[in-house]
Amino acid sequence: MELSAYPLELPPDDRPMVRFMNVTKSYGSLVVLDDLNLDIQRGEMVSVIGPSGSGKTTVLRMLMTLESINGGVIYIDGKPLTHMERKGVLVPADEAHLRRMRASIGMCFQHFNLFPHMTALQNCMEGPVQVLGLSKAEARDRSEELLKMVGMIDKKDQHPSRLSGGQQQRVAIARALAMRPRIMLFDEVTSALDPEVIGEVTEVIRRLVAEHDLTMLMVTHQMGFARDISDRICFFYKGKIEEQAAPEQFFTNPQRERTQQFLRAVKDAD
Amino acid sequence: MTFDWKWDFVWEIAPRLAAATLNTLLAAGSGYAIALLLGLALALGQRTRWPALTFVLRETLEFVRSTPLVLQIFFIFYVGPQVGITLSPWVAGMMAIGLHYSAYLSEVYRAGIESVPKGQWEACRALNMTTRDTYARIVLPQAVPQAIPGMGNYLVGIFKDTPMLSVIGVTELMQTANAIGSETYRFLEPYTLVGVIFLALSLPTAGLVRLLERVLRRKLGM
Amino acid sequence: MWDFLQTYGGRIAEGTAVTGAQFGLATAVALLAALAAGLGRLSDHWPVRAAATTYVEIFRGTSLLVQLYWIFYVLPLFGISLPKFTAGFLSVGLNVGAYGAEIVRGSILSVPRGQWEAAYALSMSPLKRMRRIILPQAFVLMLPPWGNLLIELLKGTALVALIGVADLMFVAKQINGSTFLSAEAFGTALVIYYLLARVLITPAMRRLERSMARRLGRA
Ligand SMILES: Nc1ncnc2c1ncn2[C@@H]1O[C@H](COP(=O)(O)OP(=O)(O)OP(=O)(O)O)[C@@H](O)[C@H]1O
Ligand SMILES: [Mg+2]
Repeated sequence: MELSAYPLELPPDDRPMVRFMNVTKSYGSLVVLDDLNLDIQRGEMVSVIGPSGSGKTTVLRMLMTLESINGGVIYIDGKPLTHMERKGVLVPADEAHLRRMRASIGMCFQHFNLFPHMTALQNCMEGPVQVLGLSKAEARDRSEELLKMVGMIDKKDQHPSRLSGGQQQRVAIARALAMRPRIMLFDEVTSALDPEVIGEVTEVIRRLVAEHDLTMLMVTHQMGFARDISDRICFFYKGKIEEQAAPEQFFTNPQRERTQQFLRAVKDAD
Repeated sequence: MTFDWKWDFVWEIAPRLAAATLNTLLAAGSGYAIALLLGLALALGQRTRWPALTFVLRETLEFVRSTPLVLQIFFIFYVGPQVGITLSPWVAGMMAIGLHYSAYLSEVYRAGIESVPKGQWEACRALNMTTRDTYARIVLPQAVPQAIPGMGNYLVGIFKDTPMLSVIGVTELMQTANAIGSETYRFLEPYTLVGVIFLALSLPTAGLVRLLERVLRRKLGM
Repeated sequence: MWDFLQTYGGRIAEGTAVTGAQFGLATAVALLAALAAGLGRLSDHWPVRAAATTYVEIFRGTSLLVQLYWIFYVLPLFGISLPKFTAGFLSVGLNVGAYGAEIVRGSILSVPRGQWEAAYALSMSPLKRMRRIILPQAFVLMLPPWGNLLIELLKGTALVALIGVADLMFVAKQINGSTFLSAEAFGTALVIYYLLARVLITPAMRRLERSMARRLGRA
């Protein structure tokens, strides 16, 4: 589809928080996302599952504008994410547009990616001060409140190297929230953690779901957790959504052969 | 054998050598300052969106690294006036040393920057930081400690290359020793003393660099 | 530029040949000195270690130019008078050899422990172990850093002009002095040094690296 065929904005009565419209992504000849269509509603928690290499991370990274887009358009709250209007048609966006759009999205990574030369508190304050232009005092209040929420307030002056994986991940969540995003992305945030600390991180995400009206997209291998907290499960297979459904339906009565295979394989591994 | 070390002569020339040592340190210091800044600019210049610029810079720096500093000193000193810029020996010398070592330091920075994990860049992007802030607040503070050993080695390297400035008449240690030699026809003491001074200054500096590296790493919590 | 090369090309070629000779001889000195001092620093006998360390620290701790002047102007006072050509390549070789010694030492130390033990298990004499087992492996590790060091050595030979050896640098200076064609004289010399480094030394070292790796069955 030509870029000119896409709407400059989505109509007010059809504005999901996130819409992937015919999105394609490839590395050379390897097609990673193949004509992807996906809507995520305001306040919805969607879990993305699927075999390794199926394109789950890529979906999140494209939303975070960490990867370029090869085809299609992504809309955030009705506005194109990596495109902008010029002379009545969409063209690839410039940096200013990307920065404006990125402001509503936050992301947590598998390997936390905390800044090693800053304390937990400084990590959280960095964005609010440097990017949002908050005063140090405001940023500190906001960050301390979030560190309290993730249970890390008593470690706020520690550098990441002195924190366990679970603690680092909780700081990373606080750091992302400090930017007050409307959409949060979690890419296997518990995969690099020791089993005994996974709970402390999932607990934080559980609270986010319960107490905030964030729109969330989470890639995870923890089926039980996904089932507990998601509004919807998206099963990716080879760059396409093979099946999506509400958790109960998805786990108790999967429709597709591949989904059933995958769920069996995961169960066997447990 | 005409070997006779004269202590009175040593005391006689000591003040001149001391003054020259200061000049040598000054030359090394200012050359290093230029190299540090220019090297950083050249390293960052290779990371822009323009591949042509990267290519030109890389090849030019390769050229600078592959050719003798002493020849570059002559080139800048003598060719400057031909294109209408008359440079004093000091200025020409500092430019040559600064340029020569910036070519090495840009590599040190480059390696330091490349040692910063990709995840750090991505975290900055996710926090919507500008490229400038990303470099200034996140990447360089992590890259520089990595680069400290290399930066320190080149400080010692610059210091040891300052004698080449004597070829255009900068009155650093070597030039002063030459002058003393040609005035008094005694070479033993001045040249030996110059060697001893270099040894006495470069060995502790190398140790200091190692110490600084440890302290910096600890301070940055890494 | 063309005129310049026609007039001075011959002299520049002569200078380049002298630079080449200085480079070759200094490389030989550097290799010998580096091997001796590198092994010496690993010796079990402390006087050998001390001598090797002293050599390395003195030549790395002072400047090549200082060493050159000292060897050329001061050594005669000790009864050792060297012609300038010899003083030239000897100084450059000894200077670079001190840096090379650290490469030799480092690469010998990074031959895996198991190789030493295997040689020991075959009850090889220490000399044989070093020569037949350790050095060939260390040699492969040494080659890449030596490639860089040889470029430094080539650049170092430019200093011998300052004691009057008629190398490329010397010729460039002379032409500059008599004609004031500074850009042409020094520029040509710069380009020749660059070509020597990047067209001769670097590719030759790469080829050597590859063939050594093949011989040790690692390619
Ligand atoms: N930078 C890249 N260059 C080339 N190929 C890439 C790149 N990044 C990802 N890929 C490929 O894209 C495909 C999808 O990758 P992606 O990381 O999205 O998978 P995933 O579903 O997150 O897998 P996992 O469960 O292992 O994290 C894989 O085949 C991967 O090898
Ligand atoms: Mg992934």
